[in-house]
Amino acid sequence: MNKKRRRAMARWGWLFLGPVTVAFIIGFIWPFLQGIYLSLCKFVLTRDAEFVGFSNYLDAFRDQSFMHSFWYTGLFAIVSLVLINILAFTVAYFLTQKIKGANLFRTVFFMPNLIGGIVLGYIWSMIFDGILSHWGTSILLDTKFGFWGLIILMLWQQIGYMMIIYIAGLQAVPEDMIEAARIDGASRTQTLFKVTIPNVMPSITICTFLSLTNGFKLFDQNLALNGGGQPFIQNADGSVIKTTEMMALNIYNTFYGQNSTSRGLGQAKAVIFFVLVAGLGIAQLAFTRKKEVQQ
Amino acid sequence: MTKKRQRTLADERRFRTFISVVLAIICIIYVLPVVSVAVNSFKKNTYVKTETFALPNEESFAGFDNYVKGMTFGDYPFWKCVLYSTFITLASSGLIILFCSMAAWYIARVNSLVCKIIYYLCVFSMVVPFQMVMFTLSKTADTLKLNTPWTIPIVYLGFGAGLAIFMFVGFVKGIPIEIEEAAAIDGCGPVATFFKVVLPMLKPTIISVGILEIMWVWNDFLLPYLVLDLTEYKTIPIQIQYLKGSYGTVDLGATTALIFLGIIPVIIFYLCCQKYIIKGVAAGAVKG
Repeated sequence: MNKKRRRAMARWGWLFLGPVTVAFIIGFIWPFLQGIYLSLCKFVLTRDAEFVGFSNYLDAFRDQSFMHSFWYTGLFAIVSLVLINILAFTVAYFLTQKIKGANLFRTVFFMPNLIGGIVLGYIWSMIFDGILSHWGTSILLDTKFGFWGLIILMLWQQIGYMMIIYIAGLQAVPEDMIEAARIDGASRTQTLFKVTIPNVMPSITICTFLSLTNGFKLFDQNLALNGGGQPFIQNADGSVIKTTEMMALNIYNTFYGQNSTSRGLGQAKAVIFFVLVAGLGIAQLAFTRKKEVQQ
Repeated sequence: MTKKRQRTLADERRFRTFISVVLAIICIIYVLPVVSVAVNSFKKNTYVKTETFALPNEESFAGFDNYVKGMTFGDYPFWKCVLYSTFITLASSGLIILFCSMAAWYIARVNSLVCKIIYYLCVFSMVVPFQMVMFTLSKTADTLKLNTPWTIPIVYLGFGAGLAIFMFVGFVKGIPIEIEEAAAIDGCGPVATFFKVVLPMLKPTIISVGILEIMWVWNDFLLPYLVLDLTEYKTIPIQIQYLKGSYGTVDLGATTALIFLGIIPVIIFYLCCQKYIIKGVAAGAVKG
C-alpha cells in the first residue's frame, strides 16, 4: 500500500471501525468488565455494589447445587459427545456410499437444527410426557428420565449438524486412496479404519470440541425440557439441589430466582463458567492449529 | 475370478439397498416429532397428554380452537410476536453484515495496533458464554434504552460481532489486494473501493454469515427475554415460554398450536435456502 492510500484509509477509519466498536463496547466489553468487577461484590442492583473480595467465589465452590450441576453437566457433555459423534459419523459414512436418496436423507436429518432450543424442549416434553403418562409418571419426576430425555433431544438436534461436517470431511478423502486399498484386498471395515478415519481426523477434532462446548453451554433445551417442577434433593441445611439443572441454568436461577441477594454469587459462578468454557475453546483452537501444521 | 468379482458387485448393490431402507425408516422416525406437533395442535387440551400419539377423533378434535386461543394468549396478539421476531432478525443480521464486513476489511488491510486489538477482542468474545454477561448486559441495555425491538439490533451487533468479523477477515485475507490498488489508481477512495469493489466479492461469506445470524437471532430466547421490555414486546420463543412455562394449568393444546406456527416459517426458510444453509453452517463450524 502506498503512502497516499494509507493516509486516505486512516482518514476513513472512524467510519469503518466506529459502528462495530461502539456496539461492541456496549454489547460485550463493558458488560464483561462490569461482570468481572461485580463477581467481587455483594449487590442487588448494579448501583449498590459493595466490594467483598473473593467471598463469592468461595461460596460458589461451597454451593452444593453448583457443584452438582458441574458434575451433571460434565457427564451430560461427555455422554452426548460420544453418542452424537458415533451416530453422526455412521450416518455421514453411509450417506457418502453413493446410496439412493442420500440428498433427501441429508435434508431430513439436518432439519431439527433450525428449530430453536425452547421450541425443541417443548416438543420433546410433549412426546416424553405422552409416553410416560401411561405409567403415571412424567419427565419432571425422575432424574434418569430428565437426563436421557435431554440426551435424546440433543441427538435429534445435533446429529444432522455434525453429519454435515463429517460429510464434508469424507468427501475430501481422495477416491483413489480408497480404491487402492480395495485393490490391495482390504475389506470394507479395514478400509474404514485404516484409510478413511485417519483422513477425517480434522473433522473429528472439530466435531468433538463443538459437541463438548455445546453440551457445556446448553441452556434453552434444559430450561424447556427440565425446568419447572424439577426433581430435587433437600439438604440437611435446607438448601435444595435440583438434580437435572445444568450449569447455565443453575447460574440463571441463582440470578433470577427468589433470592435476589445472591446475585454476587451468581456472577462469580458465571465467571467460573466462563473460564471453563473459554478453556475448552482455546484448547480447541490450539488443537486444530497443531493439526493444520502437521498436514 | 470373474465370478467372484460379480458376486462382490451384487453384494455391494444389496448392501446399498439395505442401507437405504434402514435410513428411510430412521428418516420417518426423525420427522415424527414434528408430525405429532402438527397432529396434536388440532386436539383438545386434555387429550394432548393422554393420547399424544393417536390421531384426533370426533371426541378429541378441536378444530382451530387451539390456534385461536394460542394467538390471543394473555391478551397479547401473536402477530405482534411474529412481527417483532421478523424485524429483530432481519435488522440484526443486516447490521451485522454491513458493519462487520466494513470493519473486517479495514482490519485486514490496515493492520494497525488498534485493528489488531479490535480483532483479538472479537476472537476472544467468541469463547465467552452468554451467562457471563447476561445480567450486566441487560442492565446496560436498560440504561441506554436499548430495550425495544427497534434498538435491540445494536445489542446483537455488539454481542454477535465476534464470529462475523472473524469469518469476514479470514475471507478478505484471501482476496488479492491488486484489485483494490487498481481501483485506487482509478481514483476510488476507501469508501467507494469498499462498496463498489470489495463488497460484491464478499458475497459467499455474506450469505454464510447471514444464514448463521438469522438462525441465531430468530431462535434466541434468553437475550431478548432479558433485554426487551416484556410488558410491551415479546418474540415468538418468549411467547411460547410464557404460555408453557407459566404457573397454574398449562394449555397444552394452545402451546402445541403456537409451536407449530413457530416451526412453519423455519421449515419453509430451510426448504428454500437449503443449499446455502448447509454451506453456511459448515463454514461457520470449521472456523468457530
